[in-house]
Amino acid sequence: MNARSLWSRLALGTLPFLLTLATSTLIIVLMGADPFEAFGNLIGGAYESWSKVADIGMAMVPLMLAAAGMLITFAAGLWNIGVEGQMLAGALMTTWVVQSVDAPAPIMLPLTILAGMAGGALWGVLIGALRTYGHVNEIFAGLGLNFVGSALTNYLIFGPWKPPGGATMSGTEPFARAAWMPTIGNTRASWLALLLAGFAILVVYVILRNTRWGLMLKAIGLNATAAHRLGIDTNRHLILAIMACGALAGLGGSMQTTAIYHRLIPQITGGNGYLAQLVVLLSGLRAQWVPLVVLFFASMQVGSPRLELRMQLDSSLGGVVQGTVVLFFLLVSGIRQRLDARSR
Amino acid sequence: MQSGVVIETIRSVVASSTPLVFAGIGELLTERSGITNLSLDGSILVTAMAGFALAYATGSVLLGFMLAMLVGALIALLVASSSIYLNQDQVAIGLVLTLLMTEVSSFVGRPFVRVPGPSVPSWSLPVLSEIPVVGPIFFDQNILVYLGYVLTIGAWVWLYHTLPGLKMRAVGERPEAAFARGVPVNRLRLLYSALGGALVGAAGAAYSLNVKLGWSHKHTAGMGWIALAIVIFAGWHPLRVVLGAYLFAALKSLGSLLQPVYPNVPTQVFQAAPFALMIIALLLVSRDLGGLERRVPARLAPMVRAVIHGSAPAGLGKRFEQG
Amino acid sequence: MKIEIDRINKSFGSVRANVDISLSVDEGTIHGLLGENGAGKTTLMKVLSGYLQPDAGEIRIDGHPVAFQSPAEAISHGIGMLHQDPLDVPALSVLDNFALGLNRGFWQRRSRLRHQFFSLCLRFGLKLQPDEPLANLTVGERQQLELVRLLALGVRVIILDEPTTGISEPQKVLLFETLHRLADEGLTVIFVSHKLDDVDALCSRASVLRAGRLAGERPAPLERDQLVELMFGHAVTAPAYVSACGDRVVLQAQGLVVHSHLLELEPIDLQACAGEVIGLAGLEGSGQRLFMEACAGIRQPRHGSLLLNGENLAGAPYSRFLERNVAYVPASRLEEGLVSGLTIREHFVLVAQKRGFMVDWDAAGSNAAARIAEYSVVGTPESRVEELSGGNQQRALLSMLPDQLALLMLDHPTRGLDLGSAIWVWQQLHERCERGTVILFTSTDLDELVDNSDRIMVFSGGKVSSPVSSAEVTREELGYMIGGVNL
Repeated sequence: MNARSLWSRLALGTLPFLLTLATSTLIIVLMGADPFEAFGNLIGGAYESWSKVADIGMAMVPLMLAAAGMLITFAAGLWNIGVEGQMLAGALMTTWVVQSVDAPAPIMLPLTILAGMAGGALWGVLIGALRTYGHVNEIFAGLGLNFVGSALTNYLIFGPWKPPGGATMSGTEPFARAAWMPTIGNTRASWLALLLAGFAILVVYVILRNTRWGLMLKAIGLNATAAHRLGIDTNRHLILAIMACGALAGLGGSMQTTAIYHRLIPQITGGNGYLAQLVVLLSGLRAQWVPLVVLFFASMQVGSPRLELRMQLDSSLGGVVQGTVVLFFLLVSGIRQRLDARSR
Repeated sequence: MQSGVVIETIRSVVASSTPLVFAGIGELLTERSGITNLSLDGSILVTAMAGFALAYATGSVLLGFMLAMLVGALIALLVASSSIYLNQDQVAIGLVLTLLMTEVSSFVGRPFVRVPGPSVPSWSLPVLSEIPVVGPIFFDQNILVYLGYVLTIGAWVWLYHTLPGLKMRAVGERPEAAFARGVPVNRLRLLYSALGGALVGAAGAAYSLNVKLGWSHKHTAGMGWIALAIVIFAGWHPLRVVLGAYLFAALKSLGSLLQPVYPNVPTQVFQAAPFALMIIALLLVSRDLGGLERRVPARLAPMVRAVIHGSAPAGLGKRFEQG
Repeated sequence: MKIEIDRINKSFGSVRANVDISLSVDEGTIHGLLGENGAGKTTLMKVLSGYLQPDAGEIRIDGHPVAFQSPAEAISHGIGMLHQDPLDVPALSVLDNFALGLNRGFWQRRSRLRHQFFSLCLRFGLKLQPDEPLANLTVGERQQLELVRLLALGVRVIILDEPTTGISEPQKVLLFETLHRLADEGLTVIFVSHKLDDVDALCSRASVLRAGRLAGERPAPLERDQLVELMFGHAVTAPAYVSACGDRVVLQAQGLVVHSHLLELEPIDLQACAGEVIGLAGLEGSGQRLFMEACAGIRQPRHGSLLLNGENLAGAPYSRFLERNVAYVPASRLEEGLVSGLTIREHFVLVAQKRGFMVDWDAAGSNAAARIAEYSVVGTPESRVEELSGGNQQRALLSMLPDQLALLMLDHPTRGLDLGSAIWVWQQLHERCERGTVILFTSTDLDELVDNSDRIMVFSGGKVSSPVSSAEVTREELGYMIGGVNL
């Protein structure tokens, strides 16, 4: 790697962040607040205590799982916006199992994990079927089902699954203790959840790099017609890919109930499905970058509420920063590609 | 039901469909020239907020609309230019912008949440609104609705009866051929993206200043996606876009109408209904219908195909490199 | 208008398509531009017609230098080009396509356009319906429309790029008549082709390109041998073809009905023996590809049976066809046959017979290297397929096929290939015939069909002729059969 390309790689890495810093500062100033204070609260709110660090760890779990799943569908050339619905399905399936089954933890926990994966995978089959046999673009199928899933969740929370005291915004009754993911000491962080999330991203990395199935998905994503001619059953593998993503995303949704909130609440996914998209794009579709990006995003998630508390700024500033970084990343990549092509 | 209630219901359907008409026609123009602007949901949110904010601050609804249209145009231009000049995938940029603009609208819109503000005044057309039945429904509305009619007919005339419209269709279908015939492909794509984006911006303002007054967190969520689906469902034809807009607006009205009649049905069913309908509508237009095309005379076959498959402009979403 | 091309250079990345080409074309003549596929003819003409900008060199019209930034500018100077795949918009009607680019006014004055359109059609004896959707027209008719459009714009120089590929004999006769008439009226025609016979019949002068440079020029009367020498640098003889047809019936189609949403073919009956080569002739879109896709399992036939070695495969899934050693090589290699973005090695992983879960990259790499050597592919296992030349892509595709095939289908096996690669491809294919493979192939090159097939089936207007022996039919007869004329 010569000096010139080293510089350009550095630029590509840091320029988006610098631009984001600039534009975010501008927006904050426009809102009449002090940018230093805002960023201070954002970062401070995230890292002020070990408890908060544990929260970041937990916030990483569903995001990592969803992002790992999306890497598979991205490889196959799919825009799986329906990830959000898949996470919901996992959460719903898990809640149903927890409410229906009474068993000790060693049985309960694996059951919830399976339920989450099954729920997400089944939701994925639905999206896949709509795409393959109904010829409905997966973006619209996924999106429409996201809204349907959200409505379904609300119905369940305020209807059949409402706690005995009456329906509230706090969601269902807390889960039985047996269905709580084991934690590290006194913190809120669950070692099992973190382990599963880390394992998931590792597995996806290996699948995409070193397995025949991963290569087949890549071929389908690049040129589905040619892949079919070469003997790959494209329909089957696309549905399998969405199911695999669903299983991981569903597990993520499930963890939100068993490891974070310990119940089903409205907005259980916290927008992680949509956020996972941004994560994957910012990681350049590479599994090895995902953990770092997820850490960055999760820090934003945990730090944002402080903005509302202390500064009367909406917590969506975190989302603004996340979205802006990805946007500038894509734009800067484009500029770099242009410059590369021109110099050749 | 009494006729008065029926007329009133249809009237409100026409009124509430206006934003979808604007957004649908706007996106139709953008897509007909070959660019997919998937940022619609975020665009409508942020332009609804911006339009309301400025209208509230200045007291002028007109200024609100102008800002909304400007913002909408800029976002669309961003999508178009990143594809044309930076080789980025239109879908990727569109999706990122959707998420980003949603967050921006929440962040910047915070001070305006649930604040009462100005709205578009109603304007009953003389003479025309006196016509029985049709009059009150179509001509006892406000200027936005009337502009919607003008827009629809204008788009239809433009596309199918003018030379510039023909050029635009060629650009969307086969840019190389258009280029060979002297049409400035990328320049037109930018132009129509900006125009379409401005109309999307107007749709946003039409929500916050007319159909769903005011601003709140995620005020119009989902409407952008419905507009995109309407364009597909309508087969990229202006008159059918309006039909689609009426259909979805009718569904919403049906919801508020039927809820008191059937109180046991959970409200979430009505919330989810538009999106379920969206999927069903897309399912319907994507079917093959048993080789219907082969059985009609050859002259009609492409028309039939257009109705069934909703022929997307063949060059939609693809880049064009000049020279 | 006298056209002078002075030392034009044009490169695409590392590929030098035109190197220092200089030639001149006199007014009122039909000038031929000869060269095999890949010699640079189309590039040069795209530069002349304003579609591409040259890297160096100058173009002069009547002594004045010009530099076109777009095809529209070239047209305003009187130079128009009819591309091999006409640059029209299939989704619009004939009249709309005619109107596009006429650039006058805001409103479409339909009646005036129709009048103009009809008068031009009348002048040249063309029968085109203005309201017909363009997608319904044959390639020949689309060419005619383009010609009419360019003439309406007042061009004085018309460039035709490979116009006789994919048109029927009657259409070709009409075209040549039209071109002669245009030349008589003082227009200049530049006829780009790799077909010696056509250039011979039509042109008063021929320039020959080879490997991006001008190899030479000759006036009429044109001598075949001289031109061949200029085109290829040496005398060329295609190896004589010996039929390998055995007597065991391998493929049997009975009453096979194939359809697409545009076309339904009459029932097809065919019996092919081991080692036989069946050529499918016809205009593009007449159903040859549909038939082959049905034989390959890519498309379900509506009725009928398809017996391969006695087993009826009609309606079976594609995977079963692959298991029975059936293969299909598509025409557009990068669009349908190879996955652009993957390397050769990765392709071999995908087509490997032994399918493990994890990938053995080393084994795949050595397998790929062996195949590359065997098939003389210019590339390495790490080469991305889109970086290979057309000829090498075809070699790579063939190298990925199983060694022993029962049935092999090829769609335009030598399209766009230089002569050397084309000869090599057919050598490979005939070797497979000797091992018992039945080959079905389609081509718009009548020479290729007659030279390489045992029997030929003609597809025209939804009808399929029963197979005729290639020894009993001439090229002209074939051309007429394709045009729907029953002989």
